[in-house]
Amino acid sequence: MKKEDNFYITSYCSIAKGKLHLNGELLYENDNSDFKEFIKEVYKQQGGKYAKFFKMDNLSKLAFLASDVLLMNENLNSEENDIAIVFSNNASSLDTDRKHQKSIQNKDNYYPSPAVFVYTLPNICIGEISIKHKLYSENSFFIFDTFNAEKLHAYANSLLLNNKAEQVLCGWVNYDEDTYEAFLYLVSKKGTKTHSIKEIITLYTT
Amino acid sequence: MDALKQELKENIIEQLNLEDVSVDEIGDNDPLFGDGLGLDSIDALELIVMLDKDYGIKLTDPKEGKAIFESVEVMANYIAANRTK
Repeated sequence: MKKEDNFYITSYCSIAKGKLHLNGELLYENDNSDFKEFIKEVYKQQGGKYAKFFKMDNLSKLAFLASDVLLMNENLNSEENDIAIVFSNNASSLDTDRKHQKSIQNKDNYYPSPAVFVYTLPNICIGEISIKHKLYSENSFFIFDTFNAEKLHAYANSLLLNNKAEQVLCGWVNYDEDTYEAFLYLVSKKGTKTHSIKEIITLYTT
Repeated sequence: MDALKQELKENIIEQLNLEDVSVDEIGDNDPLFGDGLGLDSIDALELIVMLDKDYGIKLTDPKEGKAIFESVEVMANYIAANRTK
């Protein structure tokens, strides 16, 4: 048995098409087509009390909430947690980039918002999650054409095999023009669901 | 002056995305930073942009903001004395 066969998916969470799932169980459903309203309702329904949530851009809200729902069940340490983050998406931070571009388009009405500008990178969402859950480990954000289980699998294995982290929070978090999709999963050294490309694709597609 | 203070409170809530905070909850002399509304450094930059955009006041030294943004009362007095629009 190879060492990478000893890694497991201990938990997974998705937010897409008005639904929040944790480990395959539907936790919340809402047909509100406005993302801002939808994500606010999900957040409040989950008992969120983190004031900074409302200051985040759409991508960060999506990533933060999916991570929060997943990690709240993991009995994390209140001081520090050795969890790396490997995220990916297709749209990078385009939604926020466009908002920033709009604010600097007109020289006679040139008022770029600092609060918007700070989110013009996709990996800022990783920072928000790391601050909340006290994660000080490795992190990466990849831009892929589509969900790429092979690359996520290889990167998570590499981090664990090289003892860069105890666990890896992986997945896909994409937001662009009111289409949104988050699928995150936690890879650990203990569990029952094998961390394999086939298993990742199965969880992502069901 | 009361209308300006009311306007400032509404703008602060809207522009700084202060969810679950109402105008009535912001006292004229409540500190905006620290123990008050708990605003952060990015919020301070947003307030500087707001002064420029809404009242035509350009702060050349961001450190000035520390005194000006002490409370809604202090902000309103500063705006009333320095506004160009």
